[in-house]
Amino acid sequence: MEDVLRVETISKSFPGVLAVDNVSLSLRRGEILALVGENGAGKSTLTQVLGGVQKPDQGRIKLEGEVVSFTSAQDAIRAGISMVFQELSLVGGLSVAENIFPNRQPIGRLNNIHWRDLYQETGEFLKRFSLDLDPMKQVKHLSMGQQQILEILKAISTNPKVLILDEPTSSLTEAEIAYLFENMRKLQEQGMSFIYITHKLSEVFQIASRVMVMRDGKYIDCRNVSEATENDLVSMMVGRQITHLYGAVSDKAPQFEYFRVEQLSRRRVFQDITFDLRRGEILGLAGLVGAGRTEVGRAIFGIDPKDTGRVFLNGKEVKISRPVDAINKRIVYLTEDRKGQGLFIGMPVRENLIAASLKKFTNPIGFLNGRKVDQYATQKVEEFSIITPSISKKILNLSGGNQQKCLVAMWVGIRPEVIIFDEPTRGVDVGARAEIYQKIREFAAAGTGIIMISSDLPELIGMCDRILVMHHGRIEGEIHRQDFSEKLILSYAAGLTGHINKHQPTLSVA
Amino acid sequence: MVRSGTLSRSIRAVAAFREFTLILVLVVFSIIMTIASPFFLTWPNIEAILLALSVEATIAVGMVILLVSGGLDLSVGSTLAFTGVVAGLVVSTGVPAPISILIGLLAALGVGLVNGLLVAKMKINPFITTLGMMTTIRGLLLVLARGRAVLNLPASFTVIGQGRLFSVQCPIYVMLSVVIIGDLLLRNSRFFRQSYYIGGNEKAARLSGINVDLVKIYNYCLVALLAGISGLLLTARFGSASVTVGSGVELRVITATIIGGASLNGGEGSVFGAFLGALFMGVLANALNLLGVDVYWQNLFTGLILIIAVVMDVINERRKSLQK
Repeated sequence: MEDVLRVETISKSFPGVLAVDNVSLSLRRGEILALVGENGAGKSTLTQVLGGVQKPDQGRIKLEGEVVSFTSAQDAIRAGISMVFQELSLVGGLSVAENIFPNRQPIGRLNNIHWRDLYQETGEFLKRFSLDLDPMKQVKHLSMGQQQILEILKAISTNPKVLILDEPTSSLTEAEIAYLFENMRKLQEQGMSFIYITHKLSEVFQIASRVMVMRDGKYIDCRNVSEATENDLVSMMVGRQITHLYGAVSDKAPQFEYFRVEQLSRRRVFQDITFDLRRGEILGLAGLVGAGRTEVGRAIFGIDPKDTGRVFLNGKEVKISRPVDAINKRIVYLTEDRKGQGLFIGMPVRENLIAASLKKFTNPIGFLNGRKVDQYATQKVEEFSIITPSISKKILNLSGGNQQKCLVAMWVGIRPEVIIFDEPTRGVDVGARAEIYQKIREFAAAGTGIIMISSDLPELIGMCDRILVMHHGRIEGEIHRQDFSEKLILSYAAGLTGHINKHQPTLSVA
Repeated sequence: MVRSGTLSRSIRAVAAFREFTLILVLVVFSIIMTIASPFFLTWPNIEAILLALSVEATIAVGMVILLVSGGLDLSVGSTLAFTGVVAGLVVSTGVPAPISILIGLLAALGVGLVNGLLVAKMKINPFITTLGMMTTIRGLLLVLARGRAVLNLPASFTVIGQGRLFSVQCPIYVMLSVVIIGDLLLRNSRFFRQSYYIGGNEKAARLSGINVDLVKIYNYCLVALLAGISGLLLTARFGSASVTVGSGVELRVITATIIGGASLNGGEGSVFGAFLGALFMGVLANALNLLGVDVYWQNLFTGLILIIAVVMDVINERRKSLQK
């Protein structure tokens, strides 16, 4: 297999930071190369250089043996390198067809679009990927997952030799991810090569043939996936040995039950949710996307209404109809959407850290005590190892991992009794993940019960004492640590164990 | 797979919900009005509606294209008056009408070019840019005309506004041509549809190879030019160039485009919709007149229609999103 792409000693710097430092790589035809590294490792910048969005300061790019140099993304696309960015580039008000072929619609002599040809070409293209989408449907009426897949197909429609995917699966359901990988393998056989950037190491082992690690802008190593382990990759990404990513399992067994949820139901969303939580226990809540896990967490916390259900804390029933009721009882919910619903991203770190516990810093006449706030914020930043130049830096300038730590630090201020943690490490790089896991273990050791909602099976298996699995709004099964296995969790999640109604996960579109 | 009968489905896609609703409402409303007043469905009345509507509808064509690309132009009213005054002043000094008209159009083009350059190249917010230009141009024309109206324009000039072809006044033909050509272009021309990509996601449009700056400048020039044409027609129609004409036009034009389905965020809208929006406002004003309702109520009703249109839009979008 010859090299379709050869990158030689590329460097790129921006004012104040050397983003890519003398990096070289090679990509063989029909190969899927995974590219991993922490936030700030230089992966996005490197691929932006390959994709023509940025010009390198030094170095060469050779495509199929010939040296190429790009002045724009269009150049790169013409030469055969296409990119799919993390942020969507679709136009909601236009049809699927006009999004797949932006500014490339078939035209006649008067620059008039030949609609019938356009829709036909689009239909045939979609058919190649067994996607039953209406070419005329407006993109804004598609689901997030469908839009993300469309984004990828848009790049594929340019017939690239090399396709660069930057975290393409963040909004996809399991079925959609399986569909994506299946089609990537098909394209691979037809000779297309991929560079696949991801934070989810499990995906690396599923789809890639080789994996390359970057750290601090430098090339660290490139290995065959068959010869690498997750610990190896994590250690290389972080630069130190992390043998226990999920921390040491506590030898103290969880104690007595102190929190109980009974018969929580909401029509068409979840039914008869009943479980208990013990002091110091980390209880996992697993399930496929759409199973209702987040909805249960939000209902307990009082964000969403419920039809029936009772919550008991320390033996007494608590009535929660609004979040403030839950907060008064020191039950907290950490959202999976930290940027949209958890933090105040345009505001500085210090304002965010005190947001949930403003009363603590207010004097009797209603003024905030600035000095106390600063002290508290500085202390929390140190306690959680939040990397920020100062507490006045806006949250949006922090990396995903540090933002997540701010979210946790914000709620810790009210000294919670129960923490419902929804997707604790989504979009968080490995170094920060280890720190967050350590914090969770600390909370548990102090006697706080934690309900961890997660789609990351290794995370659940590594962290939890017990796992509840939901399927279509019901608790399908309960697994204790000695029986933990990904296969068992997945089979409960798909509703395949012991129930009459069997559901096959399908890629449903339109 | 693409189902057969693409043509009928194209028609259905083209006659989008908003436009279909507007046509329906207009038809129902017209039927009611025909019953309520014997004058409604007469040719003189219809001609009056179309004539009154011609200024706003013509400018709305350019405005909707600009809105689709994510822009906004608050200075069209001033440009309208400016063009009329410039052409009027020039023709009063004896310059032949056709040349005066051309000079007027060049003045309008100049305003559009300044707007376009400030927004596209200097990246100044369109609201602020065109708001500033609105005041500046209005001031400029006051200086030029020294407060007086320019009267007694020669027939060679006024013919473009007052002349009739088959007993229909000229401005109505201009409006219809601009609307029809504008709609065809925005619907079918690859170049014009670039505005949708720019309004939908400017960064992505750039990455697709669209020359975003050029298209933006082009759009500002187009709307200014259409404002200029309307200004010339209006001046010709009245036989005199007024310095106060056109105030408030920009808001009515924008209202018409939004009733017609355009979004202030860009990426949505159609020329046909904008025309229907303007037509609706014109028919409404006419109806209120025929029914003897105080002129002051017109604004109230127009405002209510705008809010209802936007609320309906939001409800409809939410319903469609839940269906998937």
